[in-house]
Amino acid sequence: MKIIVCVKQVPDTSGKVAVNPDGTLNRASMAAITNPDDLNAVEAALVLKEQTGAEVIVVSMGPPPAEGMLREVMARGVDRAVLVSGREFGGSDTYATSQILAAAINKIGVGPEDIVMCGRQAIDGDTAQVGPQIAEKLGLPQVSYAAEIKKDGDTLTIKRMLEDGYMTIKVKTPCLITCIKELNNPRYMSVNGIFECYAKPYEIFDYNTLKDDPLIDPSTIGLKGSPTNIFKSFTPPQKGVGMMLEGADKATCDKLAGILAAKHMI
Amino acid sequence: MKNMSNYNSAAIEEFNGGIWVFCEQRQGKMMPTSFELISEGRKLADELGSKLYGLLLGSNVEGIAKELGGYGADGVYVCDSPLLENYTTDGYTKVICDVIREYKPEAMLIGATNIGRDLGPRCAARLHTGLCADCTHLDIDVPKYKDFLRSASTLAPAMIDSIKEDDRNLKMTRPAFGGHLMATIICPRFRPAMATVRPGVMKKAAFDQAKADACQIIKPNFSLTEADLDTQVVEVVKAAKKMVDLIGADVVVSVGRGISKDVEGGIKLAEELAEVLGGVVGGSRATIDSGWLSADHQVGQTGKTVHPKIYVALGISGAIQHKAGMQDSECIIAVNKNESAPIFEIADYGICGDLFKVTPLLIEAIKAAKAAK
Amino acid sequence: MDFVLSKEHQMLRKMYREFAENEVKPLATEIDEEERFPTETVEKMAKLGMMGIYFPKEYGGAGGDVLSYVMCVEELAKVCGTTAVIVSAHTSLCCAPIFEHGTEEQKKKYLPDLLSGKKIGAFGLTEPNAGTDASGQQTTAVLEGDHYVLNGSKCFITNGTVADTIVVFAMTDPKAGNHGISAFIVEKSFPGFSVGKHEKKMGIRGSSTCDLIFQDCIVPKENLLGQEGKGFKIAMMTLDGGRIGIASQALGIGEGAIDEAVKYTQERVQFKKRLSQFQNTQFQLADMHTRMQAAQYLVYAAAMKKQNHEPYSMDAAMAKLFAAEAASDVTRRAVQLFGGYGYTREYPVERMMRDAKITEIYEGTSEVQRMVIASHLGVK
Repeated sequence: MKIIVCVKQVPDTSGKVAVNPDGTLNRASMAAITNPDDLNAVEAALVLKEQTGAEVIVVSMGPPPAEGMLREVMARGVDRAVLVSGREFGGSDTYATSQILAAAINKIGVGPEDIVMCGRQAIDGDTAQVGPQIAEKLGLPQVSYAAEIKKDGDTLTIKRMLEDGYMTIKVKTPCLITCIKELNNPRYMSVNGIFECYAKPYEIFDYNTLKDDPLIDPSTIGLKGSPTNIFKSFTPPQKGVGMMLEGADKATCDKLAGILAAKHMI
Repeated sequence: MKNMSNYNSAAIEEFNGGIWVFCEQRQGKMMPTSFELISEGRKLADELGSKLYGLLLGSNVEGIAKELGGYGADGVYVCDSPLLENYTTDGYTKVICDVIREYKPEAMLIGATNIGRDLGPRCAARLHTGLCADCTHLDIDVPKYKDFLRSASTLAPAMIDSIKEDDRNLKMTRPAFGGHLMATIICPRFRPAMATVRPGVMKKAAFDQAKADACQIIKPNFSLTEADLDTQVVEVVKAAKKMVDLIGADVVVSVGRGISKDVEGGIKLAEELAEVLGGVVGGSRATIDSGWLSADHQVGQTGKTVHPKIYVALGISGAIQHKAGMQDSECIIAVNKNESAPIFEIADYGICGDLFKVTPLLIEAIKAAKAAK
Repeated sequence: MDFVLSKEHQMLRKMYREFAENEVKPLATEIDEEERFPTETVEKMAKLGMMGIYFPKEYGGAGGDVLSYVMCVEELAKVCGTTAVIVSAHTSLCCAPIFEHGTEEQKKKYLPDLLSGKKIGAFGLTEPNAGTDASGQQTTAVLEGDHYVLNGSKCFITNGTVADTIVVFAMTDPKAGNHGISAFIVEKSFPGFSVGKHEKKMGIRGSSTCDLIFQDCIVPKENLLGQEGKGFKIAMMTLDGGRIGIASQALGIGEGAIDEAVKYTQERVQFKKRLSQFQNTQFQLADMHTRMQAAQYLVYAAAMKKQNHEPYSMDAAMAKLFAAEAASDVTRRAVQLFGGYGYTREYPVERMMRDAKITEIYEGTSEVQRMVIASHLGVK
């Protein structure tokens, strides 16, 4: 049994983020981290590994420096890592990315007992689209927003969160699951794990490795192949100095409520 | 494993089936975001000179369809089946994609609920089209889009002016990088252009009964069998409102020494304000030391450090130990009788006044603003 | 000479730091106030291999090196001096002597549980009348057939109340002075062993410090560690290694105090300026940082020498002497930079100052370190 986990290296957007004078984001001001939801997916896979002895393989699409992140994931107990990397893949939107990752997963192979796991959403793109789109390209049933996973033979019973409650869903392997932070507390790297991780199998899939997969067509990958394009990007106005509102009566409060409403804060 | 979809897009010109809005319902009740999106969709349809249709899936849901007309829908496609009673990715994706292939809408909006964000990408992948997630602003008309940029961005005026006026693509603007960056996305080469739209952002139009009565109900042919469903919904459970803890809360309303003349009253006001903003109550160290609030409410150096979207400080002076616990909140609102209280140095909005007088007025003002949306 | 950390060491530091921030720091004030041993933290550290870092996998260790262990103690100490010394005493003072001087049977019997953190270790050398003058051991061990009978008491034993396995020193031949001291592996379940009062201390208050009492305590013959009469040598060699651990603890405490002071002085405003804008603040912090950086090089160098099986006794002594005195100095200055707030228990620097002091005293006082260094210089 294999569990294939998709992970992404992202800038840490949750801390302080600097904006350049020209209004663009200062990407160097953000540390590179493993996407938080993806660590929940890795943890879920490792828990299943402890229960079933499955092999856990982690896949990531990114530039060569992402190897460091993949080694950190292997230091938590993951058995094998694959980096999908190539100039041809650059500039891909979620659709194109999901095709490339699906092709990589096809190359690793998805058997009847296998599970593909993803984090729900990456903190840079914030789309939450790649997981479901990979599932579609692999022809696998998907369950997203997983807050609890139980395995019994080939059937998984999953608590799938809604805003005001949850659905309990049963699905058979092979399938794809997207994980949220409520699912578990990701383990740290261990001392043993760190000393073993550089000896574990690590390979790079590039364009040549994947080009024979029907999903990989130059017209459907990379910047040129992406159905969506960025028309404009911009930074919202920065938080300025605070303002003292005039007075302390109904008009003052109405004004404040109006400001909050305009900013979609209420 | 099922056959992979290989839908080849028809030519863009063939997609003139109007603007569609997927109208999510749960347990036979329409989600509020459906009305927001119909209202917004109406504006976009008018700019394009197209029609606006709702798309409603469920079991025995025809009765809730016409209401969508009252917010601007020309018609509603209703797909009714017992197999659609509960949302399943497979069932809904199959029906929606089959119907889209037949009627060819040029764009489709989906509310970015937990369900919408599961459904949208699966459909977009099957239809080989572009999807933009969690949009907060939609435009077709470029002049209107330029106005939006002028108020909502830090782009230089010259850069905004230079945008070509003839682009008629749906311009979908959404936050990325945790909200630090905004991106406007277009889907120029494929149709329908799809967007999941953040609930609670678009304004609901005024309801028009006559339009609701005139709303056309269309029942497309579709096929859906048990064999099409790969997941089984065992149960749908509505959870009781769970205890929100300070650290995860989106809104924190804290009280300080300023409530001393009427501790119970002050805490009650804070609770009401927290309720209306959707948050929890916190306290400065003074309130915990005096026994007015239990220790788990404490915000500050020896309490908890919070970074909510909104932090309201009522009657808190803002000493350094308190600031340490909340200074990174996104929006800080302070109410204090003393205009030189240090809290005003870090507040985004400050009101110098008696919290017992100001807070009730603020609660009413916020209730009114929410109702107006 | 390569001052660049390997990829693995960089990963280790990252993990230790995250662990310290998320799991250890939130408890630091509480365990100090309540004088509580953080059992839950030890369990978490055990799972990550932190209770047996530089021992080989064949005995259940994590297969790391001495530097990995030093970095662990350092990162823990930055947020909590107590948690750091729990790991240090367990590793250097109990696991190490069993690993270095034990028979194969003893290693196989005791190391797996110790290195996996299932059991906690301690070191029983100090007695009421034998502190710096460790050779004045009064605990006796008399061989009676297949076992030794131990009588006497030890004091100030770190991890004493929670330890399952203790390396204990006693006189097997009272007339032979230093050459009459032997080492034993004692299990807390041995009859005649008990634990005395928990010492109330100035700092590292969550660390369990107590007396060990031996009243006709029966220790099987097989639990003699090393040869009879070689105990003093084993104790001194063990303390050499332990000094590196304590030096790391001092290093971390000092570095943690600097981090807190840097943060605070950038927030606190007086005379309409942030404290960090005053030259005095800047100069103080510059001095503090330079001292701790120098300490770090001494500590890491001693660790590398031990790792490479080179003589490291003098290096360990220099590292501990310098790091401990630097930590006391740096933490005192940190409290001063915080002013009144630094004296309150709301902020952690007063705890760091209290924690730093003991590093100048235990596992060989600074005076002892000076004796060791002078003797290595050949100064008689």
